[in-house]
Amino acid sequence: MKPSPRKFGTADRGLLPEGRITGPMPWVLAIMMFLTVLAAAAGLGLGTAARSLDADVGNSITIQIVEANPDFRNAQARIVISELQKIPGVTSVRRLGEEEMARLLEPWLGEGGLEADLPVPALIDADLTAEAYSNLQIIRDAVAAVAPSARVDDNAQWLAPLAKLIAALRWLAAGLVILMVGATAATVVLAARASLDTHRGTIEVLHLMGATDVQVARLFQRRIALDALFGGAVGLVTAAAVLLVIGNRVGALGSELLGSAGLPLTSWLLLGALPVGGVFLAMLVARITILRALGRLL
Amino acid sequence: MGLRYGTGAETLSDLTFSLQEGGFYFLTGASGAGKTSLLKLLYLAQRPSRGLIKLFGEDIVTMPRKRLPGFRRRIGVVFQDFRLVRHLSAFDNVALPLRVAGVEDKDLETPVREMLNWVGLGHRSSARPATLSGGEQQRVAIARAVIARPELLLADEPTGNVDPEMAKRLLHLFDSLNKLGTTVVVATHDVHLIARIGRSEMLRLDRGQISDPTGALRNPPRAPIA
Ligand SMILES: Nc1ncnc2c1ncn2[C@@H]1O[C@H](COP(=O)(O)OP(=O)(O)O)[C@@H](O)[C@H]1O
Ligand SMILES: [Mg+2]
Repeated sequence: MKPSPRKFGTADRGLLPEGRITGPMPWVLAIMMFLTVLAAAAGLGLGTAARSLDADVGNSITIQIVEANPDFRNAQARIVISELQKIPGVTSVRRLGEEEMARLLEPWLGEGGLEADLPVPALIDADLTAEAYSNLQIIRDAVAAVAPSARVDDNAQWLAPLAKLIAALRWLAAGLVILMVGATAATVVLAARASLDTHRGTIEVLHLMGATDVQVARLFQRRIALDALFGGAVGLVTAAAVLLVIGNRVGALGSELLGSAGLPLTSWLLLGALPVGGVFLAMLVARITILRALGRLL
Repeated sequence: MGLRYGTGAETLSDLTFSLQEGGFYFLTGASGAGKTSLLKLLYLAQRPSRGLIKLFGEDIVTMPRKRLPGFRRRIGVVFQDFRLVRHLSAFDNVALPLRVAGVEDKDLETPVREMLNWVGLGHRSSARPATLSGGEQQRVAIARAVIARPELLLADEPTGNVDPEMAKRLLHLFDSLNKLGTTVVVATHDVHLIARIGRSEMLRLDRGQISDPTGALRNPPRAPIA
């Protein structure tokens, strides 16, 4: 006989009546896991969107030359372009052509809008290194020196409100995940206490036969782990199905920003790890709850 | 040693006694005298409100909680109310102390079957307690108490629910166990039982106080176990 075994003999399975999936606990955990996965997916998707937004407009500026006289406008544009190319840290400079301008303005002016002799500003896109981007004033000064009527627009500025919204939503998603973790832990505490009450007689007998607290706690831990595993699996599968459907709908929308919110493989792996984390959390919480309750017995 | 439940009067007061290793004791007294309470102190379900209890040579009153399981495993208990685990079969109930001690399943099949046969329940090994008669439940409880060959066996009215024939048989079981070295304490008010074991000694409880009709307790034993 081992002096102080941590386990019961090979088959401690039957020591607590191990219902298949009984009671509301696994279902409550499934709902929790479902919501957690959705919140986490939203957070991760928004993260991807934020990054792609950054990659699209990050470190780029647009220079607008508003000049009624087309000759004058074109001359200024050329000077600005050559001036920009001299500045270190400017990686590419490009004037938007007629067609591109037409496409940009079409929603406002209708087809063929540009053909009318409408004074349209010249637009010059420039990509900058991060260093140059952080010292935009140098570029502003250089442009102002050659073309006083030119306006330098920081592209990120336009998207700043959107970027802020995305950041806020990401915090919200993170907050929700944390709340769900807390609620899951609380559920497990309640379930563990209920289970302790139900099996008080059995526990007392085991206790008086010299079962250690750890031995008894293991019985409950495994039960609760099974419930959590079931709940986690159901929650994850349902959430994944919902995410795939939403992903399809978003794809059909063809929106660039929403489309960029897709989840890469690593994000899916992370979501898949949530139920595993849930099982461990449930086991840990159950163990602590039960050891504390047993500690009150002599 | 004294024991008080809550704020009432002491249920056990000023008890002083010792049990000799390998002895066979009957604990008698009227209902409510405190027999169960005294056994509870011995099987470590309760600490005394005051005084000292030594078990297997160690003070169990101040013993840290985490050492108690090791001591409990050396003690077999037949509870007055059996305390069989409802959802376990007779076999699994009897196997419980062995499982607690970490015995593997393959090693407990034989001893548990033998023990069930011994108490005449070989044919009911897969029955749940609820489907057993009072006497059968009591025999399961006894089988469970002795299966792990405890050093100290505490039996609280173990023959209260069985016919005289079975009582004799169970007492014989305790007797053989005692001959193998187990110290036995049987709480009972069945005087016929007491007469059966010639070498036994009697502790009489009277409203929480001990009386010593046989005088057996007056000579302090050399190897006290409790
Ligand atoms: N858990 C308890 N709480 C309060 N009083 C108790 C408790 N257990 C027993 N008693 C009281 O202690 C006295 C002795 O009871 P008990 O030890 O069961 O006697 P016996 O086993 O000799 O019949 C009784 O008066 C009983 O009411
Ligand atoms: Mg009693």
